[in-house]
This record gives sequence, C-alpha cells and structure tokens, in this order.
Amino acid sequence: MGRTLAEKVWDEHVVRSTEGEPDLLYIDLHLIHEVTSPQAFDGLRLAGRQVRRPDLTLATEDHNVPTLDWDQPIKDPVSRTQVETLRRNAEEFGVRLHPLGDLDQGIVHIIGPQLGLTQPGMTIVCGDSHTSTHGAFGALAFGIGTSEVEHVLATQTLPQARPRTMAVTVTGELPDGVTAKDLVLTLIAHTGTGGGQGYVVEYRGPAIEALSMEGRMTVCNMSIEWGAKAGLVAPDETTFTYLEGRPEAPEGADWDAAVAYWKTLVTDDDAEFDKEIELDASTMTPFVTWGTNPGQGVPLSASVPDPDGYEHESDRVGARKALEYMGLEAGTPMRDIKVDTVFVGSCTNGRIEDLRAAAEIVRGRSVADGIRLLVVPGSVRVRLQAEDEGLDVIFKEAGGEWRGAGCSMCLGMNPDQLAPQERSASTSNRNFEGRQGKGGRTHLVSVPVAAATAIRGTLSSPVDLEPFETPRPSAPQDRTF
Amino acid sequence: MEAFTTHTGVGVPLRRSNVDTDQIIPAVYLKRVTRTGFEDGLFAAWRNDPSFVLNQKPYDVGTVLVAGPDFGTGSSREHAVWALQDHGFKVVISPRFGDIFRGNSGKAGLLTAQVDDKVVLRLWDLLETEPGTTITVDLTERTVRAGDGPGAVEDSFDIDDYTRWRLLEGLDDISLTLAHEPAIAAYEQRRPTFKPVTA
Repeated sequence: MGRTLAEKVWDEHVVRSTEGEPDLLYIDLHLIHEVTSPQAFDGLRLAGRQVRRPDLTLATEDHNVPTLDWDQPIKDPVSRTQVETLRRNAEEFGVRLHPLGDLDQGIVHIIGPQLGLTQPGMTIVCGDSHTSTHGAFGALAFGIGTSEVEHVLATQTLPQARPRTMAVTVTGELPDGVTAKDLVLTLIAHTGTGGGQGYVVEYRGPAIEALSMEGRMTVCNMSIEWGAKAGLVAPDETTFTYLEGRPEAPEGADWDAAVAYWKTLVTDDDAEFDKEIELDASTMTPFVTWGTNPGQGVPLSASVPDPDGYEHESDRVGARKALEYMGLEAGTPMRDIKVDTVFVGSCTNGRIEDLRAAAEIVRGRSVADGIRLLVVPGSVRVRLQAEDEGLDVIFKEAGGEWRGAGCSMCLGMNPDQLAPQERSASTSNRNFEGRQGKGGRTHLVSVPVAAATAIRGTLSSPVDLEPFETPRPSAPQDRTF
Repeated sequence: MEAFTTHTGVGVPLRRSNVDTDQIIPAVYLKRVTRTGFEDGLFAAWRNDPSFVLNQKPYDVGTVLVAGPDFGTGSSREHAVWALQDHGFKVVISPRFGDIFRGNSGKAGLLTAQVDDKVVLRLWDLLETEPGTTITVDLTERTVRAGDGPGAVEDSFDIDDYTRWRLLEGLDDISLTLAHEPAIAAYEQRRPTFKPVTA
C-alpha cells in the first residue's frame, strides 16, 4: 500500500523503532526563542551536556521584544533578563542567534521560511505551538514543550508516537476577497478546537494548490487551533519557486538533488488516510470569530449566535461564558460590532503579502476616529521590504502605527496589549480570554477584514468601504521579496 | 524525575471545557528563567474572583484537578504544567487533553488521566456535594476512586503505555535516548548532504 506525505517524511527520519515504544525521530531543524528555552539550557548545564548539533539550531528573539524603541535597551527588566539569558546561552553553547537589531531578527516562523531554512521533507520543531506553519513547505513541523527542547538540544532527536493521518481536501476556488485565513477559520468552526487531536493533517485539493506560500503558511499555522499535531501541504512548483535563491536554500547540484527528492514528497494514489474531510472553497466568505476560542466563528454577514441553539450542554455553557466575556449579545449582526484596536501582524498574517494587502485597502483612506491601527511586520526583512515599497507611509498617512518586528499583540508579552474590555480585530491566531491583554476581547479576522475594519471602526470587509470619488494616488511599485 | 505509582488527594472540580494554556497561565507570567515560581500565574484571570474554586476551602489544598474536555489546548508553554505543579497538583483528570500539554505533563511528572465524559460529570457532582472528598489515582491499576456510598466513583483511565512506564519508573527521557547514541550517529552518517545547516 502507498504512503501519505506525512508518513514518507516520518519514515525518512526514524532513527530507531521498537514495538511498544515511540519511534525515535531525527530533527533536521530546531528553532529557539527566549521564552521557552531558558529552563532547557539550564537543564543541559546541570547535567553537564552539550548541544549535539548547534549547526541544526537557530535562535531569535521574538515573543517579548518591544516593537517601539527596539534599538534601546529593553525597559521591562523581566523581559530584558529573558532576552539576555538567551544571548548568554547562545554564546555558551555555540548557537546562531538573530537578536533584536539584527537584519534577520523576527518571528521564528517568519524567519525560517524567509532564510530558506524551511524546506520540504524536513522535521522542524520549536518550543512554540505555531511551528506547524512550516508544514506549508511539506515539512513535518510541530510545537514542543521545554523538556522536549532540552531533549532535542541534547540528542537532536525526539521520541514520538506515530500519529494518525487526516486529509482535508478543499475543492473549488476561493471567491474574490476571501483568503486563506477565512478558509482556515471556516475549517476550525466546522471541526471544533479538538477535531484534529492526534492527527497530522494534509491540506490538499485545488483551493490549497492555488494558494501562495504565504497563504499556505497561514493555513498550516492554525493547524494547532483545531488540535492537530501538524499540518502539511505537498511541495510543488509554487514551493520550489519560493525557495530558489534564498540564503540557505541548496545551490547547484545540491538544488537539483533536493528538488528531485522533494518531487517524491506527495501522497501516493493508493495511500489511505485515517480520516478525511472535504470542504468547498467556493461557498466560503469572510469569516470572523465572536467567542473565546478559534472554533467560535461565523461568516461576517451573520450574527452573534444564540447559545441556546447549540445541541450539547457543554457548547451552550461555553457559548454563554464566551458571550459574557466578550460583552456581546446573541443576535447582534457581526458587522455592528465596534472595535477599538486593529492588529495586523503575527506568524499567521505578518508577511509581506499580508502587509501589501492591508496597505492596498488603507491607501488613500483614513483610520476611523478613536481606532488604533497597529501594523507589526513579522520580521526585520519584512519591515524593510515594506518600507522600500512605501507601505509604511500608507499606514502612517492613514493614521496607523508602524512598528518594529516581533510577536507583539498576538500574545501581549511586550507592552503591546489590550486594556480590559478593549476590543480588537486581529489577524493573529488566538482569541482566548486575556490572550492580547487581561480582559481584552479579540475577534480573529483576515487581513482584508482587519484593514476595512480599521477604516470603518466596525467589523467590515472591503466591500463595505465607500468607493473613491476621484482616482487614488497610484500604488507603490510592487517588487518581489 | 520522581516515580509516580499512586496518589490520593483532595479533588478540585473545574467546571469548564476548553481550558487552554493561556487560561492556565497567561503569557505575562512566562518571563521567569527558572523552572519554579509560576504558582502566582496559575489561572491568574480567575483567581481574582473570590468564588473561583481554588479560592474556596477545602479546594485550595487540592492536588487532583478534574476538568472538562479539551484541557490544555493552545500554546506549547510547559509553564502551564509547572504552574499546576507549583500549586501542588499531581494529577489532572479530563475527557480529552491538548496533545502538547499531555506530552509536557508526562515529561515533567504531572499525571494526565483521560476518562470518559460521564466520569468527570460524576466526579464534579461528588466533589461539589461533598467538598474535600479525596480522589485516589492508581497508575499501576489505571484507576480513579473517590467517595463511598451511592455517589462513589470508581473507574479506569487511559494513559499510553510508554508514558505510564516512564512515570512508574521515574525515568529521564534524555538518558533513555542517549543510550541509543550509536543509532543517532549512524543516522547522521546517512543524512542527505543537501539538508540545510545554520552554521
């Protein structure tokens, strides 16, 4: 019988397999950041161990770093200690680090692909649940805890039980204005937050193949939000074109050998998945969340649901608690919900394509009165590229704030936080209680919805915007990144 | 790691489902570089509410947490496990756990006992009717037992064989893996040369 893509990548990395024990998997790339690594390095030191493969390890600073005054010492002493600890650990153990101020600093899941380190058929881990992002390249990539970070540092392997496999086939074509983010939010609302638990998922079908690498990364990024261990897309010409010429991509004969191998990384026709789901992209519309988990979402054109409408008691209780926390009433049209802050950024939607899409909508318009628009590029290179294209000017002229690179308001570990009861439309990945700041209320949205919401002040899509009476100033020149 | 065979302690009913790791410990509490001291961040948003279960006697000294389905979803932060352990929890019982949280718990020595939905509902009723009821969790037999009389609960729980064995023996994963160092070195010899390096 044939094998699935995930099974091929898995099999290629088995160091040791014994009945009754998890497989021991080799890890091709270990990404590290300041928050989940200090205790792991400490563990190594206590046991007198070294990093086995510093040359397969890369560190950056992203989770708690400030996006203002990032060229100054970090003001928050606790964050500063954490960052300084990472710098000391990287130095002591010989790990390459892209610190704040470095050209390659940025969100760990943005810089891996950007550097060309994320390649098809690899195993990639990081002490961060959104490591699934790298699956967009046909890599098996998943988040791990700090004990596992220590394990990978010491051994370059991880004991892992073989997961089950699932296919999510998305047929049809996404309508205009409907994005990869809407696709994945629709999927999560369909499956619930636990629907993928125990599975490695392969996203496939014409709607997935039609996505750019950025779009595929957005979809894979949110695999964890419906419980999946990892999410993959089979590599194809889109993948190879994205990778060719990147700093760490193979060159010459290595490139040819790599591409020849990558082309074998597809699910065989006679392979069987443990579970299959099919969705139709052509029926999808802009999708937004109303509750406190990513599965609590509806189309933007719908209304806040009535908790009594749910079949299961636990869903009714969960929905009531969510509405109370969110300060919403059942039946309110989603488009009537007024927000205070719009956040564009994160490992879900902080890439150059996202900033271009946001700028195109904002260009020549003004942010609504009283609305804070925060635009946070995912990496320094994304920031510089955007500035080169004049996108920063567009955001600033519209009344938005243009920041330095990092995770920022996605999780509010740095000063970019929501105040209690403050409401955001956010292109990030989690609307959990307090995620963006204690008492903050988050609506997860796509980039176009975020940009249109910033202009109107209520949850909106670009079709809700007033047409221009006179032609807009010409768009900045588009350059490839 | 300390070996785990059986534990008896006061049960704490947490009547919530989808308790993600951001709820267990918000990100602002993750800035320590030590492995202990995370107790102050445990369920931080809910701890301000005097009626929250952990603010009530005798639940405040509880060591066995009984939660609804999908406990520990979301972020990979192992700090969620450490915060629970720092507070004194030895066991979490739930019908379903987030994958990364369950893995982290196994590494750190917190037992995650997966039971049927109905067992959680019965335990909640028992713990709320008779506050202070202790729950005995036996890893050797894979059973949970609580109370006596008509409301008593006795049932089995699920945990994978490998994690159970490691917890019973108190084994350290890294040492176990390093025993296979020759296999790792042999694998490294046959890795394709086109794979990227960071150095």
